[in-house]
Amino acid sequence: MEFLAQNLLNGVSIGSFYALVALGYTMVYGVLRLINFAHGDLFMWGAFLGYTALTAISAAGLSPGPWVFVPVLPGVMIVLALAGVLLERTAYRPLRSAGRLPPLISALGAAFILQALARNLYGASYKTYPSSVSLPGGVRILGDVTMGTTQIVAVLAALLLMSALHVFVHRTRVGTAMRAVSLDHDTARLMGIPVDRVIAGVFLIGPALGGAAGMLVALRYGSFDFTLGWTFGLKAFIAAIVGGIGNIPGAMLGGLILGVVESLGAGYISPQWKDLIAYVLLALILIARPGGLLGERCAERV
Amino acid sequence: MSEPILDIRELHVWYGQIHALKGASLTLGAGEVVALIGGNGAGKSTLLRAISGLIRPREGEILLRGCSLVGLPAHEVVGRGLSHAPEGRKVFTALSVEENLAMGAWVLGGDRTRIDRQRERVFSLFPRLLERRRQLAGTLSGGEQQMLAIGRALMAEPQVLLLDEPSLGLAPILVERIFATVREIHRAGVSILLVEQNARGALALADRAYVLETGRVALSGAAADLLVDERVRKAYLGEG
Repeated sequence: MEFLAQNLLNGVSIGSFYALVALGYTMVYGVLRLINFAHGDLFMWGAFLGYTALTAISAAGLSPGPWVFVPVLPGVMIVLALAGVLLERTAYRPLRSAGRLPPLISALGAAFILQALARNLYGASYKTYPSSVSLPGGVRILGDVTMGTTQIVAVLAALLLMSALHVFVHRTRVGTAMRAVSLDHDTARLMGIPVDRVIAGVFLIGPALGGAAGMLVALRYGSFDFTLGWTFGLKAFIAAIVGGIGNIPGAMLGGLILGVVESLGAGYISPQWKDLIAYVLLALILIARPGGLLGERCAERV
Repeated sequence: MSEPILDIRELHVWYGQIHALKGASLTLGAGEVVALIGGNGAGKSTLLRAISGLIRPREGEILLRGCSLVGLPAHEVVGRGLSHAPEGRKVFTALSVEENLAMGAWVLGGDRTRIDRQRERVFSLFPRLLERRRQLAGTLSGGEQQMLAIGRALMAEPQVLLLDEPSLGLAPILVERIFATVREIHRAGVSILLVEQNARGALALADRAYVLETGRVALSGAAADLLVDERVRKAYLGEG
């Protein structure tokens, strides 16, 4: 029982990071019907930019305690938001009317560039955040089920960001416009909605969340390298597909399911089998519901 | 006639290799209802899409109160006082009725008093929408979706309203209702350019009309005259 609870908890924890990254994939797909392969690498860059900031703080003679996340996390989010908008302007907008394949190739190219840049600038070795930024101790949830304080804070941060996004998308004018644009560009234009700016807004938010996830994942797992975008990012992409790509709650649900299944597979069968178990289950979900769990219910495009 | 509020001169539109509009000219006077009738593929929707900036004409001029709209991005046209309720209703299916109306009021920005006033106006025209305001637009019936599409277009406080096939796919009783509402909107001072395949209904409603055939204006005149015109009766009213 406690073993199950512990594994579920781990699953939710890793799943919330998958979900945070999956949101970036799903939001871009929603407005452009484009799979932004570069998103995983922007997420990876979040981990590296955080690393640079923390190293710089150490080099300045300050001891980077957990408090450094308060300025560094928003800082990394802002830098990645700008990178996301730049990516859209240079790699995607010029190809907007070129059909579906050219932007996809452009996305792959951008992914390779971001990855090569990280490898060349930081080297191929594993990086770790200084241990002083972790919060000490852990919390006993029930019985022997425990969770590290850092882990708890990271998960809460992920959940908080997702809630903020949910409120933004459902309670604000611009958020509603994002949903309108994802349903129908031309009709959104007829309403006076500046579609290009709304799309840029999506490229602002997705990478910002992805960058935050990058730092939180690096903090939670201790070490990472330039392939983080492919390994972890790809799973987040799968989570978006399972939830129903283009659907925001779907990305959150898909991320949590993937995390929990993986964690249970690792706990009950073998850590070596966890990926296989997770992917088989996901394949089964997609066979049953090809559009994903919360895939589009109404026909939206003519 | 005084200066037209909307003046379209010699408009040419191409879709790739297809010459969809071949020099169409048309005017809409302030306070008029003008019907645009014609068969499938005559270029009616193309003309409306060109006016609201969704497609760019290759040649010709579109003047709204004397100012050119050509080259203006679509999202800036509605702010000039021209709304377009597109063919096929195109309500935002996954948004609620209220959210659809809020999107229609985009150009009013955050001006709550004006938005509330327009919403009141739309709800009094279409009480059905008030009942369903929290429902997703995709769950509405065809007639209700058409009401929403028109109501949404009215949210921007337009002086000119382009209506593309508002009667399409509706039961006769609903067609009556929609046309009655169009008349009411007109009485409130909005100039209306009405595209219709239901020529009889449109001509009964309009002051003047144009008949579009393969991208050109084939006939035009007072609606009452076109109703009794031999060619119109044959081709569009299913008579003779």
